[in-house]
This record gives sequence, C-alpha cells and structure tokens, in this order.
Amino acid sequence: MKLIFERSVPGRHSDLLPVCDVPAAPADYAPRTRAPRLPELAEVQVDRHFTELAGETRGVNGGFYPLGSCTMKYNPAVNERLAALPGFTDIHPLQPADTVQGALELMKTEEKYLCEITGMDAMTLQPAAGAHGEFTGLLLIKAYHRSRGDQARTKIIVPDSAHGTNPASAAMAGFEVVNIASDANGYVDLDALRAAVGPDTAGLMLTNPNTVGLFDPHIEEITRIVHEAGGLNYYDGANLNAVMGIARPGDMGFDVMHLNLHKTFSTPHGGGGPGSGPCGCKAFLADFLPGLRVGDSPEGLVRQTALQTIGNMRSFAGNFLVIVKAYAYLLSIGREGVPVTAANAVLNANYMMNRLKDLYPMAYDTVCMHEFVMTLEQMKHQIDVSAMDIAKALLDHGIHPPTMYFPLIVHEALMVEPTETESKETLDEAIEVFRRIHEEALRDPEAIRMSPRTTRIQRPDEVKAARKPAVTYDFGA
Amino acid sequence: MGTYVPNTPEEQREMLAVCGMTDLEQLYDCIPEDVRLRKPLAIPAAASEYEVTRQVAALAGKNHVFSTCLRGAGAYRHYIPAIVTEVTGKEEFRTAYTPYQAEISQGVLQSIFEYQTDIAELTGMAVSNAGVYDGATAAAEACEMCCDRKRTAVLVSSTVDPKVLSVIRTYRFGRDAEVRLVPDVDGVTDLEALKEMLTDDVACLVLQQPNFYGCLEDADAAAALVHEAKAKLIMSCNPVALAVIKTPGECGADIAVGEGQPLGLPLGFGGPYLGFMATDEKLMRKLPGRIVGQTEDRNGERCYVLTLQAREQHIRREKASSNICSNEALCALTASVYLAAMGPQGLAQVANACRDKAHYLKDRLTEAGLKPVFDRPFFHEFVTAAPDEDAAEKILARLAEEDILGGLALGNGRILWCATEVVSKAELDKTAALVKEVLA
Repeated sequence: MKLIFERSVPGRHSDLLPVCDVPAAPADYAPRTRAPRLPELAEVQVDRHFTELAGETRGVNGGFYPLGSCTMKYNPAVNERLAALPGFTDIHPLQPADTVQGALELMKTEEKYLCEITGMDAMTLQPAAGAHGEFTGLLLIKAYHRSRGDQARTKIIVPDSAHGTNPASAAMAGFEVVNIASDANGYVDLDALRAAVGPDTAGLMLTNPNTVGLFDPHIEEITRIVHEAGGLNYYDGANLNAVMGIARPGDMGFDVMHLNLHKTFSTPHGGGGPGSGPCGCKAFLADFLPGLRVGDSPEGLVRQTALQTIGNMRSFAGNFLVIVKAYAYLLSIGREGVPVTAANAVLNANYMMNRLKDLYPMAYDTVCMHEFVMTLEQMKHQIDVSAMDIAKALLDHGIHPPTMYFPLIVHEALMVEPTETESKETLDEAIEVFRRIHEEALRDPEAIRMSPRTTRIQRPDEVKAARKPAVTYDFGA
Repeated sequence: MGTYVPNTPEEQREMLAVCGMTDLEQLYDCIPEDVRLRKPLAIPAAASEYEVTRQVAALAGKNHVFSTCLRGAGAYRHYIPAIVTEVTGKEEFRTAYTPYQAEISQGVLQSIFEYQTDIAELTGMAVSNAGVYDGATAAAEACEMCCDRKRTAVLVSSTVDPKVLSVIRTYRFGRDAEVRLVPDVDGVTDLEALKEMLTDDVACLVLQQPNFYGCLEDADAAAALVHEAKAKLIMSCNPVALAVIKTPGECGADIAVGEGQPLGLPLGFGGPYLGFMATDEKLMRKLPGRIVGQTEDRNGERCYVLTLQAREQHIRREKASSNICSNEALCALTASVYLAAMGPQGLAQVANACRDKAHYLKDRLTEAGLKPVFDRPFFHEFVTAAPDEDAAEKILARLAEEDILGGLALGNGRILWCATEVVSKAELDKTAALVKEVLA
C-alpha cells in the first residue's frame, strides 16, 4: 500500500475555505523557514487512500473479536448518531453554565447511574481511559493518607496476575509496587497478602473477576485484610462486564475504582482510543476528586470543584462525546438489561470453554466468568506449536485472535472473551475453527507455524523495527 | 428493549445445558452470597431506541450552540471538512482495537505512521508518538520524560494555560516533585527571572507558543538559557499556528507537545481531544504510549508494527515510561485526515485567516473602547481590558443576547478573545458595534 505522502502531487488541493474578507495583518513574528511536507491531494485521493486503509483494518463488525480483557462488544449505532448531535459536538467547554445545562445534566445523571451500578458514592468522568482512571484513583489514595498526616503508606500491593497498567499507574502515583503471587487456583494468595500488608501499605489493586476470568471467592477476606492494615482497596473495573447488576465493587469492600466505558458500556475502541475511564469512590474520598463537579443551585446546574481536589487529570470535563455514547447505552439496556448483559457475557464464555476444553487445556478447570484462559504449554512442548502460532492460524479463518501471552502467570496463554453480543452461531463457527486448527496442528504442525497464509502481510519483523526505528516517512533529500 | 444480546431464551437454555446448567443464576454460584446484589438497580427501566433518541436529543437541545464563537482558551472552533467526518466514521476505524495483531491492522498502523510523520513535519522534530489524551497530559508526560534522580523540579511559565499547569501539578504530585512558576512580564515569560530560576535541580521549562494570552514568546532565547543550564525545553504549541510560525525544532526545543483539537476535532464540550508529542532521537525511547515503526514482513513486504514496546506498561510494568494504554487513536486519525484534506496550502490559509481576523477584531474592539492589554506580536488570541469587571460582564452578556459567545473573562475586566477562520468580517463588525454600545 502506498503511503499518503507517496500519492502527493504538488499543486493539488481542495477548495474548502472562502477568500479571507479582512485585510492581511502583518506577519510580525519569526516564520517557519520551510512549509510542512503535508500531502497535496485532491479530495477523491484522500477518500480512496483512507478507504484502502479501512479495508486493512479489522473492526468489530468484520467478525468475531474475542480479545480477552478488552470486551469487544458490539457498538450500537444509535449511540453514534446521538453523540454527533450539534448540541453536543458544537458546544465550547468554557461556555457559561446556563448555556450547557443539558451537558451538565447528562454528566450528573450518568455519574449517579454509574455509582448505583458500582456501589460507589461519587464519580468523576474526567479520566480519558482506564489507565488514566487508575492513576486518578491512586492519587486519591495518596491524598487521603496525606490528609491524615500518614506519610508512611508508600506501598501498593499488586497481584502478579494484574494488568500491566496497575503497577505502572502505582509507580506514576509515586508508590513502591509490591507484587504478590497468586495461588494455584489463580486467586489472591491470602497468606502472601497477610505477609505483605503492614503500616506501609497504602492500598491493594485488584481486578475481580480477575485476569484469569475467575471471581475471587475470598474477596471479602481480601479487602478486610487490607482495611485492617490501614490500607485502601482499589478495584480495576476492566472486567466489570461479567458482574454488573450481579455484584458491586462497593459491596465487596472496595473504596475506589475505575470503569472502562469503552469496554463495559459499549463505546467503540477507535483503534486505541478515545476511551473514557471514570473513577468512582466512597464518600470519604469524594472531597479529593479531580476536575469538574456538577452542583445544584437555584439558577440550575453549576460547575464546582471538590474541596480538597487533587487538581485536574486533563483539561476540561473528560471525553464528553464518549460519555454521551455510554449514557445512551445505559438508557437503552436499563436496570433489567444490566444483569442480563452480564449473565450472557458469562454464558457465552462458559459455552465456548465447555466445547473446547477436551482439546485445549484450560488454565483453570472451573466455571469461568466473562472470559477464559487456555494454556498451550503442552502443545508447545510436544509439537512445538505455540499460542502465537494458533493465534496467527485464526487470522486465516477470519477470526481476530484472542489476547496472547496474558496473564503472565499462565504459560502459552490465550485469553478468550466472546462478550454477550455474539450469537450462538458465531460461537459455534469459532468453536469449529478452533477445533479444525487443533486437528491441523497435530497433523501438520509446520503448516500452523507458517500461519497466517492468506493475509497480505505475514509475521512482520518486530526486532528489525525496534533495532533501527523508522517512525516517520523518509522524504529523501 | 435493547440489551443487544442476540441469543433467544431457547438458545440460552441450549447453551446452559452444554455447561451442565439449567439457569443463568447457576453461573454465579461462585460469588459469595454476602456480596450478591439482590435488588434491582435504581436506574431507569430499559427503553426503546426511539425513546432513548428522544431523551438524549432533549438534553442536546438544552445546550446552546452559539452562532458566533470568539472564545478559545484551549479549545477552538474551526471548519471541519466533510471528508474528515466521512472517513473517521468508517466502522473499521471506529471500532477496531489497538493494533496488536499487525497482519489485520495494517490500515490503522499505517494511518498512525502517517500521523507521526505529519506531527514531525508540523513541529520540525524528528520523531512523534501516536498521541496521548490531550494537550495538557502531553505537557505533563513531557515533564516526566525530562526528570531524573538529580533533576526533579519543573519550571512552568505563568503564561502557560492554567488548565495545562493544573494537570502538570497533579501529575507532579504523583512524583512528589516541585513545580515552580516563572513570572511573566508584559504578556510573555520573564527571561531575566527565568535565568535566575534555572538551578541545577531543574529538569525542564514548559513554554507555550503562542502563550495563553495569545502572545508569541521568544522561544529561541528561552531555549538558549535553558540549555545553558543543562535543562530541557518543552514547547506546547498550537498546531494551526505551526503552519506559519517558527517550529519548536527550529527554536531548539527538546520536546514539542500541544493540543491537537484544532486539527479537525469538534469542540465537544472538551473531549475527546488529542495530545501530540514529538521529540528528537535522543529522547525517543522515553516517549510514553504507542509508537508505530516501519519494518518488513517475512516476504520482504513493507509494513508497520507497534514498536519500542519495551517502554510500555504491558512489558515493563512499574518500570514503564508511562501507564498509558488506550490513547486517542481515532482523534489522531482525524488530525491526519484533516491535514490531508487541507494540505500545506490549506493549513497556511487557515492560519493566516485566524491571524488576520484576530488582528482585525483587536483593532475594531480598540476603536470600540476596549484597551489592548499587551502590545506585542500575537497569533489568534489577545487580551483586552474593560474599565472594570462589571463592564466586562455586561459586554459578554450583551453579546450572548445576540448569539455571540464572547471571549473568556479573566477577571479585573480583562477578556481573552479569539478569532478563527470561521468568523466573518460582518460578525466581527457586529461584535465591535455591540461592545461600543455597552461602553457608551
């Protein structure tokens, strides 16, 4: 495929703007010496170029997309239409409050609904993504301990099954990370946790259901151990889709958490954003919340800031247009739909797992939540076919591969999350493909190792890319 | 009732049977009874698409879209070509995940590679990442790149957007590191004061170009001072202005960042926006977030992959350069399509029109009785002073009555105005006439 710069022809352009109707002002500043080498194209070329790129991009509607931990559910069309209303897209973030009452009401209402679903008391919609929400929550924990004059709580405990963002966020918030091992069942090792907590414990970060797709049955004991040591409990909401409407982090002993609107609440992932990562907390942390707080006044809704706010995580109120999409989704599925959504996500995962476990060993052979993890360690050992090979073989069958090599505690892991929006026949077809690939791997392992065989690009050389990075187009002399 | 679950109750029963169950409830036997939610959620009942449309549209209707917008201060109304919305609405771009599987993600990977090239060209820097959340977080992440054990303090000019400063402060609170404000004199950074403040614990200076008051800073002089003190210069730039003003690369900046919203993204009440980040080869491995690199596949075909991942959280965990995972890929694509639609000529036309209209407005407002606060080169924003705060409020209220969103009140009668290519001479003249009427 040509790069857009390779399609450029000097002098081509589109007429998009009128001739300026005021006199030219003096250019009384130091100018740039060379015009930026942006592509020069007619509109038809721009359209064709990006249509070609779209053709080499895999969206959710292109087929099954069971990326574990990513919750690639269907993104409803009505949400897009509503978020594109000029009453949302064309309002300036610094408009007077009386001219943005609808936006403020939407935010306030959404905060309320998300608090109800999570069992939290207050929520900020400012964080722009899940990791941003984690960072926010950890700063709340830090501000809380500081406000009590407790400077000694410098450590955050993170299980070794955690998403990489957890320890990275803790480090950004200035904490030392204490990694603790999981037990043989994939749960938090209670003895390891008891040994790790102390007067230096600021808090624990936990995903539940965890990253191997299991609900930790000792959850109350876990949060109690941390609380008794004086620490706070942080809930990573990445996997909330499995339990929303069924169980609430706020009832499990969690004090602060984030949500991923781009996972659980159906907003599209955009090829890697924009997401939205609201951060919720219990009442005793609410005064530390960052960003815009919507308050009531006799004149209507007003912008406020929390009393002891940690500041701002980004400019303005948050990824507002993403928040609008999640709001439309919540109104659509409503109080009945929330638990039905969760239960069907769990059902789809268990159905697939049960129909594959005779061929693909599962890391944990028990009822799973919204995702399950298979381990191809044995296959790797016996016929030298790896999780990567199986993933690449799926590409030849039009299936987006599951998440590979995560969580780190499972060797040769493939993590499958079908989501509730997949139909039984899609799951059946995928199951059939998985089984056929397994059969082929036994019969002709070399063929699987050579996968993918049908895509235009096959196994890019990542080592070369990193060794001598070329990250912009080389225009030549 | 839209749960978006396709499977019928019969199908669900069949699937449960495969799992050895008869009821969905059995899937949750593993959850302790104490933490089960045994009451319906206190949120509204499910609604049809039609009802949802009515309700959400009613909220949109409670917001007022001003016909004329003379307010910027970090978010700018520009013309968004139809092709931008058309391309970025494509389902593949809109719904794809982060391009971990390169074989079926060449489209999005190549688009990011092209975006990185655009940003490098605009900023005059060698390399760019795939973008971060917004301009303010880009500045905060850039500070993180400059700090080490010895150099922990960050200088921020007091002419930097207060929202950007606030985010830098919040991020630095995480590191328990100091943020020191460099004073301003006559609308720009006080370079004499800066010289004194460049002690050997200073990691970097954040300078905004054009600055929050719209004035153009002497970035070359700041760069020389900062480098003499072995610190680094971070320039936070308006990308439209970069079409015509001296680039951060030409000024000697170490890192260029900025808010990408003016490049085809709607105002959207503040988001989603786009933070761009560019730097030189020396600092490339400290960049946060995704970077796309060119390589070859096993058949020698040119292709693109996520690269330098050893910086990132999923590999390095607590030692990563940042925690960022999801960023603003679709917004980066938007910027890239916008720049392709505009081309170098079109972008310069936008920049020149912004400059010309802002200068025209300043002259008319001055004639109408407002006093320009600073007398120095500016781009598309400038500050005026009304006799007092009351007069400033009256001006903004009168403009609002005529469906004009006036500038941003800064206190003490000061107003920060902005004009872009989308306002006409007639709108500017009308604004000046209304101001004159209020001040009369």
